[in-house]
Amino acid sequence: MSGPILEDLERDALTELVNIGVSRAAGGLRSMVGRQVTLSVPSLEVVSRKAATALIRERETGPLVAVRQDFHGAFNGQALLIFPEQNSLELVRSVAGPDLPANEVLELEDEALAETGNIVLNSCLATMANMLERPLTMSLPEVLRGESALLFQLDAKGGEQGVVLFLYINFAVMDRDIRGYIAMLMDLPSIDTLRGLIGEFIRKVLGDGD
Amino acid sequence: MPISVLVVDDSKLARIVVGKAIGALQPDWERLEAGTAADALQLLEGRPVDVVILDYNMPGRNGLELAEELRARFPTMPIALATANVQDEIIARARAAQVTFVPKPVTNEGLEGFLSAAAVQLRSGRA
Repeated sequence: MSGPILEDLERDALTELVNIGVSRAAGGLRSMVGRQVTLSVPSLEVVSRKAATALIRERETGPLVAVRQDFHGAFNGQALLIFPEQNSLELVRSVAGPDLPANEVLELEDEALAETGNIVLNSCLATMANMLERPLTMSLPEVLRGESALLFQLDAKGGEQGVVLFLYINFAVMDRDIRGYIAMLMDLPSIDTLRGLIGEFIRKVLGDGD
Repeated sequence: MPISVLVVDDSKLARIVVGKAIGALQPDWERLEAGTAADALQLLEGRPVDVVILDYNMPGRNGLELAEELRARFPTMPIALATANVQDEIIARARAAQVTFVPKPVTNEGLEGFLSAAAVQLRSGRA
């Protein structure tokens, strides 16, 4: 097989879909933390899981926390909200408000992270699902901690080294020490299906219909 | 001379979508495109443009920064910002620069109000 896994216009369309998805998600996060959320332009790579992990790890020295949700439907994958562990309590404080006592912040930490991840990731995926006209179901959010390697090893069965579609966006909260990544991973069969759906989407957009 | 509209978006597909909507709503308008804020400014050096529609999240300078610069140079130019990012701070800055919000994904319905208002404004200005 030759040629790129995604053609230029497919890449363009997928980036635009993700861009619209994360822009909506940023609005949700903004209303939770009460501060403007800035976003980078999405990066899109077709790489091994190992290389995807390395892309995050080379920018991050400390431990990370991630909220992960699996999605299933016409295509399957994992969506993650990732940030440095040292930002985690600040995020919880921003979401829960300044009046919460420190011990309760700690108690609430995982719950608040899961809820924040749920809102951001759902909003992003739901927007993409609607635009591609294919429903996606989402698992419950799970909070993961530790080496960034762990975050992406997910459902990889038996150390499979296949390539994944890896999408990631940097986000930061203004006036707060909170930043991180929204990331998505899809394996090869899902990339093929997604490519078909993106093709349909492009044809619909370019067509003279309606 | 026909009314000219410049669409600035890093996504080629998004430019096509906006271009199609303009074609459906204002078929006589001349459509121009740029992929970055820098390209848009360069194009504006060379020729006049009546209306601009900007993407928000682009590599390099974002659409809101470009809108603010254009507003300073063209006080009455109809300017729209196309984005799904409707955070209060962004809306406030867009309002302050008299920039119209157009929701992404862009549809004919979403663009119609802005283009009609622009057409009315330009016609009365030229009359």
